[in-house]
Amino acid sequence: MQGLSFEQAPPISVPFRFFLTGPLFGIAAGLLLLWQGPDIFTSRWTSAALALTHLIAVGFMLQAMCGALLQIVPVAVGANIWRPGTVTLFTHIGLTAGTVVLIAAFLTESAALFRLAAPLMGLSLGAFAAVVLYALIRTPARGATLLVLRLAVIGLFVTLILGTTLASAFGWQIVMPLMEITHVHAAWGLGGWSMLLVMAVAYLVVPMFQLTPPYPRSRAWGVPIAGFVLLAVWSLLWLAGEGGQWARAAFAVAAAVVFGAFAATTLQLQGKRRRKAAEPTLLFWRTAMIALLAAAALIIAGQWIPAVDRYSGTPFLIGMLVLLGVFMSVISGMLYKIVPFLNWLHLQNRGRPGLAVPNMKQMIPESRMYLQLKLHLASLGLLLAAVALPVLVYPAALAFIASCAWLEWNLVAATRLYRRVSERVAQTQA
Amino acid sequence: MGVTANLHEHHKLCDEDFAAAEEAAQSGDWSACAAAFGRFREGLLAHFGVEENHLFPAFERQTGMSGGPTQVMRYEHGQMRDLVSQLESALAQQDAEAFSGAAETLLVLMQQHNMKEENILYPMCDQALGGDSELKARIDRGLRG
Repeated sequence: MQGLSFEQAPPISVPFRFFLTGPLFGIAAGLLLLWQGPDIFTSRWTSAALALTHLIAVGFMLQAMCGALLQIVPVAVGANIWRPGTVTLFTHIGLTAGTVVLIAAFLTESAALFRLAAPLMGLSLGAFAAVVLYALIRTPARGATLLVLRLAVIGLFVTLILGTTLASAFGWQIVMPLMEITHVHAAWGLGGWSMLLVMAVAYLVVPMFQLTPPYPRSRAWGVPIAGFVLLAVWSLLWLAGEGGQWARAAFAVAAAVVFGAFAATTLQLQGKRRRKAAEPTLLFWRTAMIALLAAAALIIAGQWIPAVDRYSGTPFLIGMLVLLGVFMSVISGMLYKIVPFLNWLHLQNRGRPGLAVPNMKQMIPESRMYLQLKLHLASLGLLLAAVALPVLVYPAALAFIASCAWLEWNLVAATRLYRRVSERVAQTQA
Repeated sequence: MGVTANLHEHHKLCDEDFAAAEEAAQSGDWSACAAAFGRFREGLLAHFGVEENHLFPAFERQTGMSGGPTQVMRYEHGQMRDLVSQLESALAQQDAEAFSGAAETLLVLMQQHNMKEENILYPMCDQALGGDSELKARIDRGLRG
């Protein structure tokens, strides 16, 4: 039983610094969108479009995901993180600085900045992934969640290696099949790492928060393994280069079906929940699963229907559905459970038993979460519509900025409440 | 079958009564809430009692681990008992908002506690205590009340 951790959680500052940083990059993404206007839809390969996707995928999503992982790994699967304080400091600074430099590199197309971004991201995230994977390998726990967490972190490694390779290619002008590597990098970042992490989290929290039946055992194991294998074969076909277009299409369809099946299962389980009342986290999760089904349907349609494949808006629609629709929804919904609970837990642990600490619903009132949910849905709807009617990109960007700013404010307000109550606890004990 | 088999099942039974109490409080049906909450409270406290009086001491004797996992579980039982008394006073005052806030907090605490038990501690107990049928009988009697 070596390596078994029953510590309730790492210090509150470990996850919170990541959680508070993410939405700031979201605001920056909105500002970039506002500045670019309809030009953003010129091509997914423009510097501005790449900067925008990385502000969301790395700036917003990865911050929240790293913070959440440091929290989940010890509590849910009993895995000890080696020196959590040092790892957190190193990862958070490296990731934040790396993101800023990477975005600047895209926007200025500066080789020197890519040369700086590559080691910043590579070292900070590489060390993070290595430490987390080591903890996940050593834990004595068993189960589908643990397997999916391990696969997800391997996905992070693959994404990171390919991303660092691409940044190095730009930085040192190395000739490489850039487009192929970019496709595979994006597929692992979103389909491998992010989607698998969402699955692992879903296995834990969907039954837990809404009191649904657990995920059926065969699907809980089968879906992530199938998704991982399909992604790996699809990647090899891409990187092998010429030919194999039919095989690539077949694997893309199969992967979309597998991830769509996860979304359908989640919606089905939520339909059977014993906790009937609607609440913000449930609605964020449902939005995410519907967006995932829509994105999977578009990917499948793109392989079968030539008009969908030829339509220049298709990659934008898929990208928005996945980034905003799936991942930003899940992350917002999760933050609204994790942050109030951690506030409560840490204040409880600091005080004496029986000490009155504000309950979870007093940490961030639901009405504030609902307002952000509405802003989020408005920004998603407007952005999808803007693909057909580009002038809508302006109200979409404003809604997006408002949504990220309101999320940030909700988290800041919760952190300030934590500080206030914490001081009161210290005074009563003095 | 391990000594903890029925403890797993019992977690789910507590969830049922919890959901019923919460739903009744939300719709303002305080007598239904009192009935479901009474069953939930009784089930939860019986569960804690069985673990604290039978399962944990046996595990600690067998493994010599008395300051680790079981200590954290006992501590969390204390936190849950506090929230249960907050729910009691919200119920007495028919305060839907206080009930809902304490219920949400208790649910998350209880679920992450159950997760740690089901994924980590119970398997350890089953491994350490294996076929102790006398202990299993005591646990099952305690859960039946």
